[in-house]
Amino acid sequence: MKRNNFGYYIREGNKGIFVHGFMSFAAICAIIACLLIMGSFVLITLNLNNIISDLERESEILVYIDDNLSEAEAKSVGSNINMITNVQQAVFVSRDEALQDYIGQQDDPTLFDGVDATTLRDRYRVTLLDIGQTKDTVTKIEAISGVAKVSAHYEISNGFMTMQSILNVASTAIIAILMIVSLFIISNTVKLALYDRREEIAIMRMVGATNRFIRGPFLIEGFTLGIVGAAIAFFAEWGVYSLITVRIQAVDTMKLLNLLPFMDIWAPMAAGFAAVGFVVGVIGSALSIRKFLRV
Amino acid sequence: MIDLRNVTKTYDNGAKAVKGISLHIEDGEFVFLVGPSGSGKSTLIKLLTAELLPTTGMVLVNNFNTGKIKRSQIPYMRRTLGVIFQDFRLIEKKNVFDNVAFAMRVIGASEKEIKSRVPYVLELVGLENKSHRLPEELSGGEQQRVAIARALINNPQMIIADEPTGNLDPARSLEIMMLLERINALGTTMMVVTHEKALVNRFSKRVIAIDDGLVISDGMDGYYNYETE
Ligand SMILES: Nc1ncnc2c1ncn2[C@@H]1O[C@H](COP(=O)(O)OP(=O)(O)OP(=O)(O)O)[C@@H](O)[C@H]1O
Ligand SMILES: [Mg+2]
Repeated sequence: MKRNNFGYYIREGNKGIFVHGFMSFAAICAIIACLLIMGSFVLITLNLNNIISDLERESEILVYIDDNLSEAEAKSVGSNINMITNVQQAVFVSRDEALQDYIGQQDDPTLFDGVDATTLRDRYRVTLLDIGQTKDTVTKIEAISGVAKVSAHYEISNGFMTMQSILNVASTAIIAILMIVSLFIISNTVKLALYDRREEIAIMRMVGATNRFIRGPFLIEGFTLGIVGAAIAFFAEWGVYSLITVRIQAVDTMKLLNLLPFMDIWAPMAAGFAAVGFVVGVIGSALSIRKFLRV
Repeated sequence: MIDLRNVTKTYDNGAKAVKGISLHIEDGEFVFLVGPSGSGKSTLIKLLTAELLPTTGMVLVNNFNTGKIKRSQIPYMRRTLGVIFQDFRLIEKKNVFDNVAFAMRVIGASEKEIKSRVPYVLELVGLENKSHRLPEELSGGEQQRVAIARALINNPQMIIADEPTGNLDPARSLEIMMLLERINALGTTMMVVTHEKALVNRFSKRVIAIDDGLVISDGMDGYYNYETE
């Protein structure tokens, strides 16, 4: 008399959702709220990481070489700079090249007329591996003999880094709390469904239904609540994010913030939402069922 | 087939409900289990259905040792039993047919099997014309017939009834008891718990009397010779 019971689980499980319409609605809302907040934190973190890696790519340190050094001597300073572990690359720029660069950056090429390259210094453009250690690295570079001055803008990057670490801690905490809250609400919704059908369950046990069979519909109920909540939250997140990025880009005419397009991250986001919905739904109901089926 | 050896049951709160019972019931027997209130009858039934496990001793039901088998095997042991209670325990929102069919569905029977078996059993208990009624549209006796049909539907080796006539008037009680006797005649072992002396004495069956968690008499004379209340 073996038969595939899956159809039965789905029918009965979904019946349960409608019997407790209000609780189911509350459970779905809880998951949506949880995932929206979770998703927003993830999106902000992703964008911040993106901005920071942009900064890492762009932010460079200028290392000015002592005037008294010849160009050949200046070049030997470069190998010392390169020996510092956090240095990704040190590119030598002679005073003549530096002047040409300055002239090239101006709309009016006559601005530097009459300026002699000797008023400038030879320099290195140094890019770093980890801009979080900028200050440390600058100190090390300053200690190299022949280095006259180091200029770095580590305030901005430090600001972003601090924000990133605060956000990481905050989002982990909030995600954990929200997951527990959703788990609790789902578990209670399913508990209500179980309680409502306790007589039926007692009869099922009496006539020899297996625990797996009794559990099936309630697991499906939790699963459905979780997945429906996740799907709604995903599309809501998509909409809200697109709206916000459009707004920011309208204001940010200088393209200071390079925001990730949702299309670039939709797949991992969808997978993440589905995974959270699934875990919260199935584990939430499993918790109630376990307590309920314990004889 | 039931085999109990030196079975005791002490509840978590310390109440000793069964204090050392040994008995054997052969396949095909019809047995009345009698005894005063609180003597341990329901506890004994729960030990047979593995709702409770023995504190000490061995409970063997249709070759399943309830204290030894894995938890996951208990449902399969229960499929060899049909259980009937005083309060019928029907699902209020399901009609007669579905209440009976439910017991087949939950052990994975096909709709085809259900469609052919349920009408047969409903006819056996005399409810073939009421299969679309809800429990609340039936008399107590009829509701108990539905419960009997449900207990029978999966063709158990044995039926256990805990005061099946406790909520019925004497005429209805006699009808139910005669129905159980008829089912027993078709080959199902029958164990019936009851308080009703007059009812027991109308049949010539084996009567096991217990008091205070012990068997005090067990005879084939069919006479309920123990005073209750
Ligand atoms: N769940 C329980 N927890 C603790 N003690 C219990 C429990 N169930 C029953 N008892 C005790 O065990 C003893 C036997 O109870 P049981 O229900 O088996 O009696 P019974 O013979 O079925 O009585 P009745 O004829 O009134 O149904 C009683 O003293 C009762 O108080
Ligand atoms: Mg009792």
